[in-house]
Amino acid sequence: MLEPTIGLEIHIQLQTRSKMFCSCKNSYGDPPNTNICPVCLGHPGTLPVLNWEAVKLATKLALALNCKVNMESYFARKNYFYPDLPKGYQITQYKNPLAEDGFIELRNGKKIRIERLHIEEDSGKSIHTEDGTLIDFNRCGVPLAEIVTKPDISSPEEALFFLQFLRKIAVYTGVSDADMEKGNMRCDANLSLKQEGSKKMGTKTEVKNLNSFKFLSKALKYEIQRQKKILEQGGKIHLETRGFDSKKGVTFLMRSKEEAHDYRYFPEPDLPPLKLADSFIQEIKNSMPELHWQKEERFMREFGLDRKTAEVLCAEKEIGNFFEETVKFYGKPKELANWTKTEVLELWNQGLKIRPESLGTLLKIVDDGKLSRLKAKEVLEEMASSGKSPEIIMEERELSQISDEKKLRVTVEEIIKENPDKVEKYRKGKKGLMGFFIGEAMKRTEGRANPKLLNKILGEALKNGE
Amino acid sequence: MNFSRISIEEILKLEREKRVSPKEVWNFFARRREELEPGVNAFITKVKYLNEGNGIPVGVKDNIIIKGFPTTCGSKILENYIAPYSATAWKRLKEAGFSLSGKTNLDEFAMGSSTEYSAFGPTRNPWDIERVPGGSSGGSAAAVASGMVKFALGSDTGGSVRQPASFCGVVGFKPTYGRISRYGLVAFASSLDQIGIIANSVRDVGYVFSIISGDDPRDSTTSSLPVPSYGEIFKHIEKPFTFIYPEGEFLKGASKEVKEKFSSFVKLLISMGGKGKPVDLSFMTHAIEAYYIVANAEASSNLARYDGVRYGLKAEANKLKDMYFRTRTKGFGEEVKRRILLGTFVLSSGYYDDYYGKGISYREFLRDKMNEIFKEGEFLTLPTTPDVAFKIGERQNPISMYLEDRFTIFANLSGLPAISIPFSLSKKGLPIGFQILSKWYNEDRLLSFSEMLEKKIDFENKLIKEA
Repeated sequence: MLEPTIGLEIHIQLQTRSKMFCSCKNSYGDPPNTNICPVCLGHPGTLPVLNWEAVKLATKLALALNCKVNMESYFARKNYFYPDLPKGYQITQYKNPLAEDGFIELRNGKKIRIERLHIEEDSGKSIHTEDGTLIDFNRCGVPLAEIVTKPDISSPEEALFFLQFLRKIAVYTGVSDADMEKGNMRCDANLSLKQEGSKKMGTKTEVKNLNSFKFLSKALKYEIQRQKKILEQGGKIHLETRGFDSKKGVTFLMRSKEEAHDYRYFPEPDLPPLKLADSFIQEIKNSMPELHWQKEERFMREFGLDRKTAEVLCAEKEIGNFFEETVKFYGKPKELANWTKTEVLELWNQGLKIRPESLGTLLKIVDDGKLSRLKAKEVLEEMASSGKSPEIIMEERELSQISDEKKLRVTVEEIIKENPDKVEKYRKGKKGLMGFFIGEAMKRTEGRANPKLLNKILGEALKNGE
Repeated sequence: MNFSRISIEEILKLEREKRVSPKEVWNFFARRREELEPGVNAFITKVKYLNEGNGIPVGVKDNIIIKGFPTTCGSKILENYIAPYSATAWKRLKEAGFSLSGKTNLDEFAMGSSTEYSAFGPTRNPWDIERVPGGSSGGSAAAVASGMVKFALGSDTGGSVRQPASFCGVVGFKPTYGRISRYGLVAFASSLDQIGIIANSVRDVGYVFSIISGDDPRDSTTSSLPVPSYGEIFKHIEKPFTFIYPEGEFLKGASKEVKEKFSSFVKLLISMGGKGKPVDLSFMTHAIEAYYIVANAEASSNLARYDGVRYGLKAEANKLKDMYFRTRTKGFGEEVKRRILLGTFVLSSGYYDDYYGKGISYREFLRDKMNEIFKEGEFLTLPTTPDVAFKIGERQNPISMYLEDRFTIFANLSGLPAISIPFSLSKKGLPIGFQILSKWYNEDRLLSFSEMLEKKIDFENKLIKEA
């Protein structure tokens, strides 16, 4: 049996205010070529000046990934020609990266080791049109952290888990939005196959630009099958770089080993060694927030949630925080978790937000029997879209439950009068007809009848004639 | 009044006392420029008097960026490039009131030792227009030597300020690496490049040095050490002072005449109360190799940005690769291409440790060695050039041109401050200058010492007497 060996290389844009080596704004989605200056455009005579905010964020990420941070690291130039690379080289780190030797732990206790984490600058963005290629230099010089794993990943599922884990860490630490759609996080993979149990690694291919979670799994699955087929037919895998065609769902040859770039790395003479003080590291350690997996465990412990629920709640930092805020107003965490991971999450995904105290109030109203669950969902939606409190919405919509015994009795009596045959059958023992009477009463009260009370009244009324 | 013969300090004093106007000062030099420039070709861009500042005209090497003016670097590839910002060194001069006379000629991208490799024609040595002024800051040195400007900025990567200063009989000073911001100096070899000053006197060099040097947040390689003010720079050098000079093989590349003059220079120092110690400098013999590896490697990377995409020359082509090829083939001169190729080679995969890595180790070795050597004496004296200015077109072999730098590159590799001051004239009547080096950041004492020598040598009066 052949089994895959996978290593990932991930680029994460660091959420700094300004770019890595100049004072231009680091901002996504601005009109093209508005955040540029002589430095990031590579004008003659300009020099890079390091943005310490980028070092801080990258160090935070490194510590969250259990890396050893190097107290002295160096910048290097990676030389290649491309129109969106203004200087003809990228300032990156080569021999001495910012951090090394980290890991993350999978559920089953398996560790995926991180070889290195270094900082570098992003390139501009080429936009290919029918009339030619346009370049937007806004992205040029935006700070990136590049994370390289050891080849410890053995399935596309593990790869996906790793990438999602990393995204959560980046978001929780405030290092990046890590939004793959916006290109905040980008992923390349190295993949080879070897005989199960064997220590001898196969020849790898590098698959580039796996820029969504979906594409990552798809591309890896495809590439495993492709390599398998070749090997099983007695063929050979060639060391090469492949792209992923997301429309066709296939990988394709980008360049062979012979065409590989020689980047001619050498130490960046324009920047002194990057030296970190112990106090710098300590400060970052002290400011380290709770990470998603820590939060999950705490939610299980403190609120008695099951793992699955805790995971769903903590997948998005904001949702987890929302849950915790709301618990302060509504003391039943399990019930709240059910609402949060379904209704609230759905609204959040549509960009709609709810105030914790409002949700707390709403759930209490439901508990008090003043509003049915069904109606509560409607109220919740309106709370999210209008920002109104549940009480006001209920008043406006006349949604409160009818708990007035007299009112309900009138309705029940009407039903009994209009359905003598069914009443007869019920009284003769067809107790299943209770459902019909309840349904009818709910219909006539637009679902607002207090179910408990209704049950009681209906029971009494039907009993009367027996 | 001959403003060439009095110091910047004195001119400014006359202006303050309203005895002369900035315009008179400017006009004095402008007349010289009008008269001599056609024969010398020191400038690539000349500037008219803008009626502002102190009227003291400055020549700025055309690889130092000044906002709104062309910066060509002596290359076709930047022929039409107008800079959108100004170099820190120029900004500081402008703020101090100095007036730009023009952008001076240079070897393309400062790669050369004769200013013959300029895309805008060679500059000629004012002492003999058949000869080169040296390079690569040949335009700056010639402009100062011919009295067209009061002083000039140059850049010194391997001797490009000191060697032309020596050829042209003026003072050329390269401070410690990191003293003057490189922001706005078009990079040739970033770890070696340093802006330098060319003037008629050590005093004027000191004046300019105190203005333009010092920490710059835009250049991370500048030192934050405080810079002495003009008033603080010049100190009395107590006697006996200590100096060191090379003995044995080291001088064998120098001409007989230079060697003879150098030994009288050493004798002069001793006669002035110096305690001289001969030292073996044979460890410097690999400096040329190390220099051309490091400098070309960095240059190959620094010059990658001239690709036709954003500014400068752009050749028409249908494919990206063809556009790159044609732009760079057309835009760069022979020598620049040669160095890009050499630099690309030494950085190629598998060769790094053999070349660039060794270059770096050698530089570390040099620095250690110099720390030791300076225990023997405060100042190191060396010839500036192996011989006097050569004739235009005389040096066809690139290696022979590279060897021009044999006595100067050492200061760049080790980052030491170095000055060249005129000492004497050759039999043919051409200037010969000698170098003095000192420890890192010891510029104030180096300049004080040089001024003391300058007074003793009295080069200018010697010339007048001889004339």
